Amino acid sequence: MGLINSYRLRLQRKRWRIRAYRKRRELKEIVNRTAQIKSDDILLYCTQRNEKIRLPYFLDYYRKMGVGHFFFVDNDSDDGSLDYLRDQPDVSVWRTRASYKRARFGVDWLNYLQIKHAHGHWTLTVDPDEFLVYPFCDTRPLRALTDWLDASSIKSFSAMLLDMYPKGRLDEQPYQSGQDPIEIASWFDSGNYSLSRNYKFANLWIQGGPRARVFFKDAPAQAPALNKVPLVKWDRRYCYVSSTHMLLPRGLNQVYDEWGGEKASGVLLHAKFIDTFSAKAAEELERGQHYAASVEYKAYAASLQTDPQLWCKWSEKYINWRQLEILGLMSKGNWA
Amino acid sequence: MTVGVVMLVHTALGRAEQVARHWAAAGCPIVIHVDKAVPRKTYDVFVQSLSDVPDLKFCKRFRCEWGTWGIVAGSQSGSELMLASFPQVRHVYLASGSCLPLRPVKELLNYLAARPRTDFIESATTADVPWTVGGLDEERFTMRFPFSWKRHRYLFDKAVAVQRALGLKRRMPNGIVPHMGSQWWCLTRQTLSAILQDPERPEYDRYFRNVWIPDESYFQTLARQYALKIESRSLTLSKFDFQGKPHIFYDDHLQLLRRSDCFVARKIWPYADRLYEAFLTDEAAAMKKTEPNPGKIDRIFAKAVERRTRGRSGLYMQSRFPNEDWENGVTAAPYSMFQGFAELFENFEPWLAKATGARVHGHLFAPDRAHYADNQTAINGALSDSAIIRDYNGKAFLTNLIWNTRGERQCFQFGPADNQDVCWRIAKDPNAQVSVITGAWSVPLFRSNKDFADIRREAALLQKIESEHMNILRSPYTKARVRIWTMAEFIEAPMEPLQGILDEIGQTKLRRIAEVPKMVDLSGFGQFLQNLKNQGMHPYMMGDFPVERGVAATQQRPRKPYLVQ
Repeated sequence: MGLINSYRLRLQRKRWRIRAYRKRRELKEIVNRTAQIKSDDILLYCTQRNEKIRLPYFLDYYRKMGVGHFFFVDNDSDDGSLDYLRDQPDVSVWRTRASYKRARFGVDWLNYLQIKHAHGHWTLTVDPDEFLVYPFCDTRPLRALTDWLDASSIKSFSAMLLDMYPKGRLDEQPYQSGQDPIEIASWFDSGNYSLSRNYKFANLWIQGGPRARVFFKDAPAQAPALNKVPLVKWDRRYCYVSSTHMLLPRGLNQVYDEWGGEKASGVLLHAKFIDTFSAKAAEELERGQHYAASVEYKAYAASLQTDPQLWCKWSEKYINWRQLEILGLMSKGNWA
Repeated sequence: MTVGVVMLVHTALGRAEQVARHWAAAGCPIVIHVDKAVPRKTYDVFVQSLSDVPDLKFCKRFRCEWGTWGIVAGSQSGSELMLASFPQVRHVYLASGSCLPLRPVKELLNYLAARPRTDFIESATTADVPWTVGGLDEERFTMRFPFSWKRHRYLFDKAVAVQRALGLKRRMPNGIVPHMGSQWWCLTRQTLSAILQDPERPEYDRYFRNVWIPDESYFQTLARQYALKIESRSLTLSKFDFQGKPHIFYDDHLQLLRRSDCFVARKIWPYADRLYEAFLTDEAAAMKKTEPNPGKIDRIFAKAVERRTRGRSGLYMQSRFPNEDWENGVTAAPYSMFQGFAELFENFEPWLAKATGARVHGHLFAPDRAHYADNQTAINGALSDSAIIRDYNGKAFLTNLIWNTRGERQCFQFGPADNQDVCWRIAKDPNAQVSVITGAWSVPLFRSNKDFADIRREAALLQKIESEHMNILRSPYTKARVRIWTMAEFIEAPMEPLQGILDEIGQTKLRRIAEVPKMVDLSGFGQFLQNLKNQGMHPYMMGDFPVERGVAATQQRPRKPYLVQ
């Protein structure tokens, strides 16, 4: 990494931050409870659109984990989710009708809110269908993890996206509001992930899982990225580059060990594939607001018409984090 | 006679208060040192909250930054106050605010009363133990460390580099020998006062002020000067990770801590309510007479360090992606790759599966799809048989396959018609057992019903690819267990190589092979090779095949050699 390159990345980071500032005009404050935030609160950032059915369980899950305050950007929902969020005591909401795509899939909005409010806090950035699992999450709250990360001088924590799916057709079991979606989508692929290194940003690029196996079997290079760094001790100079896959400064992406050891890491259980998915895919296809001209959704739509079955004989049923640890999808590192 | 506790406190004052009350309830005098970094207001509230506890004093405060002199200064001031104010104290126990007494304090008192002259302080010479992290062991004592490691890392490193370059060295005062060990000790009044009242103490202090992490060496070194009887171990259970910072105990360690036979544990997470509740309030329950098993804690934390530094071999994942040659084992388990066997023997795969009990795949890297055992379309870990997905990252395919099937030996066929991307990865893998019959790719061609011109073209291509692969296998970088025979050599005596391979796989049910795989009919093969030669394509990979020789030709048994003495 030469001086020139690192200077380029610095400029890039500044550019994203200026962009985030520019995009703040698209955000309309609905309710701002940030005055409640205590100095050691863990914050959660999320963009959502028409996910009302998922929100009760989502909020419940992360409250129990120990998140202190939620930041939502609502992208033009019309299912009442905005009203629902407005009434939550620990949530601050902004609303926008602007293009999700042109805000780089929501990254600009969240970057702005993070610069503004997250400085010095541990910050979790997830979607409403992502559920963080970390080592010892059944016995230790998130605060235990962040305290340990602080003590170890670690600033960012990796959690790979693990696509969960039901056995049988996606629409077989309808999801009820407040229900744990992992009860329905309880299966995953345990060992078909391929990794490569992105030298420019020092992050790993992980692909694979059921989406690569079923939707992208003819074009694995286009399969979605699964590497994520959702938990960061935020500093106002930081910014996410593309979704939560990469950050700048790039040292934050160095969440893996290169000399044979294992760093601690978690998993984001991705409960996207439940009965609400087909409708979502159809809508998103029409809006064309998703990554790479919604290539993902096009591929889904094509496959879903024929046989929406992600389950196979070798799928693994989710039990707990220890199972994921043994399978090698996440690691305790030296946290014991 | 009793034990005095000197507590160093810097955060989680509420917990410190709880622990102080616990000590006090057993009649131990306490002196608390609060870090200067704690704001005055917080400090006052803390002092106020403990004002009702008898025999409890607060000593002069120093700024305690990790790795600096402040911690020693705090311990000194605390100890001095303790010795001066509480004449009944015989042992002084240095503890921190995040220490938690595991066994009833009474037991500790009895234990120390039975050993009135023993000092418990871990103390070892730097030359003999590789404890230190970061490459500074002896240099901790011979250099100066004016900059903070935590806040000014760059300057810290530069200062070390400069001193190394100039060869600057400090001499130990009075020729004392530096010792190191856990900073949590329990010393007798005699030893401690000897250290604190030594006329040469200013000189020692001046020296240690510039040593790095003096809290791990000041008392450890000086105790050696005066102590009558040193037990070189700490009564405080404290485990360190590979960076030298203490492991933290949480609620789920409760059973583990109950089974340790240590008196005090550190460091406890301040929000570990169950631990504090179990060990501070409920003494009878804390002492549930479970059989002590301190080794278990050691194992758990040793494993954590091992996982962080060496990891699980053959695992590639989001937080373990080793650079090439730093993998500690490219793959997770031994496996075997066979080249040419399935071509030469008609029923090689079922035969091998039967003889070894291993899972025997076909050509995993074939151009059409991955031919898994039993014709499956996917395998453990939902690894698909699609050639496109496999070839997108062939190395990951291999390492995933071996990782997913841990516990079961994998064997697969390979050949020059397959994707050659993984050749280097396999060659450099000590887990790989590679057996090759060169030139055997020609047998299917020989038996095929193709135009000879096509056969010739294909043979030339395959021979070139195989020859390159053999160069890889014979290179000095190869770490795999490689066996290569030419086809001619192999069919001369097939039993011996087969037996050797089976022995190495090591799961043979029988000591000798009872059943031999059936070799394909090779009559006319010599002529086939000659035809290729006549067309200008010299097949050399299979060794020397006389035109006339067939396998069917009966060989005369050689006579037994006479033994000549």
